[in-house]
Amino acid sequence: MSMARGITSRAHPLWLAYILHRISGLALALFLPLHFWVLALALTDPARLDGFLTLTDNGVVKLAEFGLVFLLAVHMFGGLRVMAMEWLPWSAPQKTLAAAAAALSFLIATLFFLQAI
Amino acid sequence: MGSLFTVTNTRFLEVTVERDEGKSQAFRVPAYENQTVLDVVSWIQQNADPTLSYRFACRVGMCGSCAMMVNGVPRWTCRTHISKVLEGEAVTIGPLLNLPVVKDLVVDMDPFFDKWVAAEGVHHGGLTRDDPIAAVDEESAARVEANAGIECINCSVCYAACDTVAGNPDYLGPAALQRAWTLLNDAKDEGRIAILDAVSGSGGCHNCHSMGSCTTYCPNELDPMSAIAGLKRETAKSFFRRGR
Repeated sequence: MSMARGITSRAHPLWLAYILHRISGLALALFLPLHFWVLALALTDPARLDGFLTLTDNGVVKLAEFGLVFLLAVHMFGGLRVMAMEWLPWSAPQKTLAAAAAALSFLIATLFFLQAI
Repeated sequence: MGSLFTVTNTRFLEVTVERDEGKSQAFRVPAYENQTVLDVVSWIQQNADPTLSYRFACRVGMCGSCAMMVNGVPRWTCRTHISKVLEGEAVTIGPLLNLPVVKDLVVDMDPFFDKWVAAEGVHHGGLTRDDPIAAVDEESAARVEANAGIECINCSVCYAACDTVAGNPDYLGPAALQRAWTLLNDAKDEGRIAILDAVSGSGGCHNCHSMGSCTTYCPNELDPMSAIAGLKRETAKSFFRRGR
């Protein structure tokens, strides 16, 4: 079965919400050690931290920050969606919730991005 | 206009059938106005290659024996019109995923039905034939939950659609778990503890990642994902109450 065929059966909102949640979680897990390391510089090497922070004026870094906030938002709302779906006996269309979670995440990340530039 | 027996077709379908050991075979099948995917497979078997093996019985969406992968999506082929799935004039038909292939389009359904039993999807009666027939309140919340899942035809479309089944051969799967949820809500079934134990094990309901492919592709529009969510709640409540 070709790759395209493998994707066909998964191209529906709930599966996409699942994979978005999983990938955002993995990406955040990879980011966190780096994040803590940079924070630790405040104690170990403040000058180096200041040098690093000037990088945040860079447009590419701003775009990366947008991505980071998007990951956080999408993971948080995705998690809330899963908990609501599994713990509250809702029969409401889960597709709507999944779409709303993604849309709200995107809105928040975009607002942050607009404020940053 | 041709007679009944000399219909001339101007359109042909390019049908690819995924046969044994991953080998694909192409067939040109005359197109008709009213033609299901099962009709296409039957035409091939009757007119092009009598060795093609496939399975069907009722042809009206009741028996659950004709499910196949159609363009990568599990479907009941007897109720799927070919025009719904054609990509141009082409279609690819293969055996259901997540089950061992016996030959061509025929899969071994044993693992599917074994899990149905492993999930305690059997009646746990508490009365004898001498007892009066117990009244069932059709309006009760539990009965409404039970009714939601009783139209399952055991076609295994949900089982073939589920990535969790693909990743964990021990996972009971959407159909068996939905059956367990139906029985848990059935006032006449007295197997509550047995069911909760069966569905909370290593292959049980907590494996489900709520990807929702079962609910998306169920041909009878049932909702196994929500049924499994119900089992997750009940097994969790049971754990906190009974410590098991």
